[in-house]
Amino acid sequence: MITLENINKTFRVAKRQAGFSNAFKALFSREYEHIHALSNVSFTINEGEMVGYIGPNGAGKSTTIKIMCGVLTPESGICQINGLTPWKHRISHVREIGVVFGQRSQLWWDVPVIDSFELIRDIYKTDRIAYKKNLEELSHLLELTEILKTPARSLSLGQRMRCEIAASLLHSPKILFLDEPTIGLDAPSKLAVRQFIKELNQKNGTTVLLTTHDMQDIEALSERILLIGKGKILLDGSLNELKKRATNRKTLIIEYAGKPPEICEGMSVIEDKNKRIIITLDPDVISITDAISRLSADTAISDLSIASITAEEMVAALYREYSI
Amino acid sequence: MGLYMKFFSMHLKSQMQYKTSFYFTALGQFLASFTVFLGIYFMFSIFEEVEGFAFSEVLLSFAVMLMAFSLAEMFGRGFDLFPRMLGNGQFDRALVRPRSIIFQTLAMQMDFTRLGRAAQALIVLIYAIPASGVHWSPDRFFTLFLMIVCGSLIFFALFMIYAAFSFFTVEGLEFMNIFTDGGVQFGRYPFSIYGEGILRFLTFVIPLALVQYYPLLYLLGREDSLLYMFAPLMGTIFLLPAYGFFRFGLSQYKSTGS
Repeated sequence: MITLENINKTFRVAKRQAGFSNAFKALFSREYEHIHALSNVSFTINEGEMVGYIGPNGAGKSTTIKIMCGVLTPESGICQINGLTPWKHRISHVREIGVVFGQRSQLWWDVPVIDSFELIRDIYKTDRIAYKKNLEELSHLLELTEILKTPARSLSLGQRMRCEIAASLLHSPKILFLDEPTIGLDAPSKLAVRQFIKELNQKNGTTVLLTTHDMQDIEALSERILLIGKGKILLDGSLNELKKRATNRKTLIIEYAGKPPEICEGMSVIEDKNKRIIITLDPDVISITDAISRLSADTAISDLSIASITAEEMVAALYREYSI
Repeated sequence: MGLYMKFFSMHLKSQMQYKTSFYFTALGQFLASFTVFLGIYFMFSIFEEVEGFAFSEVLLSFAVMLMAFSLAEMFGRGFDLFPRMLGNGQFDRALVRPRSIIFQTLAMQMDFTRLGRAAQALIVLIYAIPASGVHWSPDRFFTLFLMIVCGSLIFFALFMIYAAFSFFTVEGLEFMNIFTDGGVQFGRYPFSIYGEGILRFLTFVIPLALVQYYPLLYLLGREDSLLYMFAPLMGTIFLLPAYGFFRFGLSQYKSTGS
């Protein structure tokens, strides 16, 4: 469905130095810096997959998405989406994709949302019956019915994002690109958006590629993760695989009464205060059951929870590992 | 065309949200270009004629240029605001929509406050047509029509070049105003009064004289050749390099990003 092979993209950026004399020199000869935004990026995404695309700021996520949308042309490499090359067959390609740029709105600021939707229907020449069906379904799932008559400027960020997502799906695209869809949203809106994307992927089989910095998005949504850093694809695998790769240490949080529990081999204390101790343990040295029975031997435990590494910590560890 | 009307009604709805601002800007535009008209009037209350053109004849040339410019400005506003579209990502949005880029550029920006200028151009034109002393006949009316339509196409092409430049740089684009706004200001008088060199430049490089000076001579009965009548049509060839340049800019944008 989506295939990228050895995509390269370099940006030429003029070097600018401070000071008037340098600015004057730049009038005549400019020095350029070449930034390799993407080097030999290759991956394949099958129909119906949901993929999380992560990496620090400036790693090349947006550039990849822009290439896949046909906004940018790479220097070299092959990109085939639904059998088309985005930058060569722009118009027929974009009919089949939906794009949400989380930080940029496609709704008209001063007119009711429904008017924007109808304009989009006409831009895509979506047939009226299909549009009506889509609109009903989307308003139901994203709870838009009450806000459709409101101008976009009076919507909350969460409401607006739900409208943005609906706007990108009115023409029933096969592929949906989401660039930071949950940025700045409050918790209920994030949950609603995630829930919706999940359903969309499962019920309609829409292929979804999303970039995000919110690791809960990744945890909730994607089976598969692509990690990009400095323009290179570093990892491609499932969330669990990546977590294991980062570390398989478990974290125990214990609240206790009386004296603190005794620590044995394979455990280390992260924090111990106010009768609450945080311990990490290596399951290769000591199993969790053993650890708990040891810890509870002479201590009265009032509360205990076990956590594996969070996606956030995993990503931080991965970024460290690859020094990106 | 249906879609353009749809965009049109969206813009109208948006701008009507701020009614007071809308009326005041339109009024401001109207008054601003009105001063130009006064300028000509006062000048001619001192001098009877300029380089062989009477006041009423100059007025006709001014009316044509103003009309052509305001039409181009009304429809080509998108090119004018193009640097902003590039900056705020609206242009990227246009690229992911299944419609032509130029169509979307034009449809995404419309500014009805420019109606103020257009209305004034129309008033001046209605006044100038009988006052100019031209012996109106169907072919002369047709020439006038060509002057206005082709004139606005040339201004339109200039706007497109301006937009194409903004693919490369965002600074120093004001120099293009010499040709657009400047075209209207200088176009108050037949271009011949600025001398041979300028006239040649405005004939062969930026063909504004082809929609103003030459057909004006035909209207005034000073030239009978059909070449003068159809000069405006030749001027529209200017659209081709402008379009080519825009396409070139677009391909640069796609390979460099913003």
